[in-house]
Amino acid sequence: MTDAILYTVGSLSGLGLVSAFVLFVVASKFKVYENPKIGQVEEMLPNSNCGGCGLPGCRPFAEALVEREDISDLFCPVGGNDVMKSISTFLGKDVAEKDPMVAVLRCNGTCEARPKVNTYDGAKSCKISAMTFAGDTGCDFGCDGHGDCVAVCDFDALYMDPVTHLPVVITDNCTACNACVLECPKNLFELRPKKKKDLKIYVACMNEDKAGIARKACSHACIACNKCVDVCPKDAITIENNVAYIHADLCTLCRKCAPVCPTNAIIETGFPPKKEKTEVAPAKVSTIEELKLN
Amino acid sequence: MLKTFPKGGLHVPDNKLSEKEAIQSINLPKTVQIPIAQHIGAPAKIIVERNDKVRTGQVIAKSSGFISANIHSPVTGTVTKIDTFLDSSGYKNPMVSIRVEEDNWIEEVDLSTEVNSEITVSKEEILQRIQNAGIVGLGGATFPSHIKLMVPEHAKAPEILLINGVECEPYLTADHRLMLEKPDEIIIGVQILMKALGVSRAAIGIENNKKDAIKILSERIKNIKGIEIVPLKVKYPQGGEKQLIKAIIKKEVPAGKLPLEVGAVVYNVGTTFAVYEAVQKNKPLIERVVTVTGKSLVKPSNFWVRIGTPIEHLLQAVGGVPENTGKIINGGPMMGKALKDYTVPVTKGTSGILLIPKEKSNRRPMQPCVRCAKCVDVCPMGLEPFLLMALSDNKLVERSKDDNILSCIECGSCSYICPSSRPLLDYIRLGKADVNKFLKSQKDGK
Repeated sequence: MTDAILYTVGSLSGLGLVSAFVLFVVASKFKVYENPKIGQVEEMLPNSNCGGCGLPGCRPFAEALVEREDISDLFCPVGGNDVMKSISTFLGKDVAEKDPMVAVLRCNGTCEARPKVNTYDGAKSCKISAMTFAGDTGCDFGCDGHGDCVAVCDFDALYMDPVTHLPVVITDNCTACNACVLECPKNLFELRPKKKKDLKIYVACMNEDKAGIARKACSHACIACNKCVDVCPKDAITIENNVAYIHADLCTLCRKCAPVCPTNAIIETGFPPKKEKTEVAPAKVSTIEELKLN
Repeated sequence: MLKTFPKGGLHVPDNKLSEKEAIQSINLPKTVQIPIAQHIGAPAKIIVERNDKVRTGQVIAKSSGFISANIHSPVTGTVTKIDTFLDSSGYKNPMVSIRVEEDNWIEEVDLSTEVNSEITVSKEEILQRIQNAGIVGLGGATFPSHIKLMVPEHAKAPEILLINGVECEPYLTADHRLMLEKPDEIIIGVQILMKALGVSRAAIGIENNKKDAIKILSERIKNIKGIEIVPLKVKYPQGGEKQLIKAIIKKEVPAGKLPLEVGAVVYNVGTTFAVYEAVQKNKPLIERVVTVTGKSLVKPSNFWVRIGTPIEHLLQAVGGVPENTGKIINGGPMMGKALKDYTVPVTKGTSGILLIPKEKSNRRPMQPCVRCAKCVDVCPMGLEPFLLMALSDNKLVERSKDDNILSCIECGSCSYICPSSRPLLDYIRLGKADVNKFLKSQKDGK
């Protein structure tokens, strides 16, 4: 009886010792050293795994931050400067400082402004619709309105306006992760500096058609009339391919351009209403001929 | 037992409304717009300028690159505009707009209607003439025809020439009428292609619902060695290149490979006729047969149409668009694409215009997949469309590549059969585009 117990205890203990030895050898032989800082840095990151930094997720980003010597080209748009600063002090490396950005939709082709010329009844996806044709309105460059961008947004920062059928950016939620910019087949999203109180002025149109065609398709289309370029004191506006573009780095938000735009293609956000010239001139112009006279 | 392809396929009502209508000439429109990208490959380079006078058959855009084709003026007139216009892709693309004045052909072209049956030109000359004439595959893929004749040195030598006279797409009758009206020319075209390829065998595959065409062509080949007519079972998509090869020579083209891999070269009957005209008559490809059809039309017809003719002009020729028309489709009902606008021009790849009444033109709302696997049953390439759709929707690019999404021939059988009306093909097309983009980025990365 005691023999059986002793034999059992002995053999099991021997097995345990052998296994422990094997495990010890394997563990020391194939040991992978991992910098403990990676885990700590990962904890500091937002862990949203959005891919906004350009890497597949927060863990690879943390690895890159710890392992690379020069991390000035790495930036987490979701965490922003605060997170990057704390990582900088933790790792003792210099990081880039960037202005917080926010996505803007460069299309203001609401249902009223941009009448439909035919019906699309295919799959409800902007990408498929864009592969099929240029869109069910006269404008080849505008928003298709099937909401691919809303589906791709991880931060609930986009929703489709049921009236205009255009996506709306909720500025407070937007982390500038770039997902919508990459998703939109018409390339309508752009990241612009958020600035204080979300002050932005941008041209909400990408229509590269000539003025007459663009204006006929959409009453909010940029017609490349040059008025904003003339009025801009800082030369921050350029016209390329029949579309005006406001360079955010040069723009001082003086608000001179928006009122002169004959088609309301320039959008201002975050400003208090102007006292004297509160009304932004509505699109009075009905024909291109009249426009040219002005 | 008629030959056919073994995997998948389905029976679609063929609705060949215009099969008894002889091909008519149509009067020239006032202006033509000629897209410079009517073929697969690099767009041609425009060599005319605004206000230039051009003659019928003159080159207006030269082939630019290995896979590309010349484009000729289909009319005599003045170039009025070189600009972007809407084409059948639904986007604006560069085109040459010509105001039609008369129809004065360039001198080199032999305009006689006699059949010239003697093939005197050499192999190289045949290739040169086909290339100069800007011939592309008229079955719809618009692949430049001369490239198929340039067999690479290390590749397998071609053994058999297959001529595609299947026309499995419902409603369309352009190839059928051409076989009935120009059988001699087609047979000579086949002989020209046989000579150019250096093959001794050719087979013309015709679907068995075109018995008259089979009969006429069989009579014509009685005294000619090496050519046979193969009647094929009526099954969609019998006219797909890989399906035709499988049906006739019982060999399967490996995924991602060309038909040459199994020793076959395939040409459409329309292309064969164009080859005849180019080699024997020196005539460039500036017109083709277009079927204008639809159940609501009083008289569905077949026309000889100059490239660049606005589709509006064709619709006028059949008595205008009936009121209840919901969609106008460029091509047939299975593979064609609804047009955004009637002003788009006929191109080398336009085989038919189909009018669908309003009540039949709308898609049914999409329902959840019920896993009935009907799409798997009908897929002629042996793919799993329901899976490919899911992969494409979830952006699983590498997996869809491994599941051979690129083998899809976009025949539309899966979308047709789906009881839940799921847009399978739309998503597969998206997936194919994503996979191609991914492969390109990988290639560039290396």
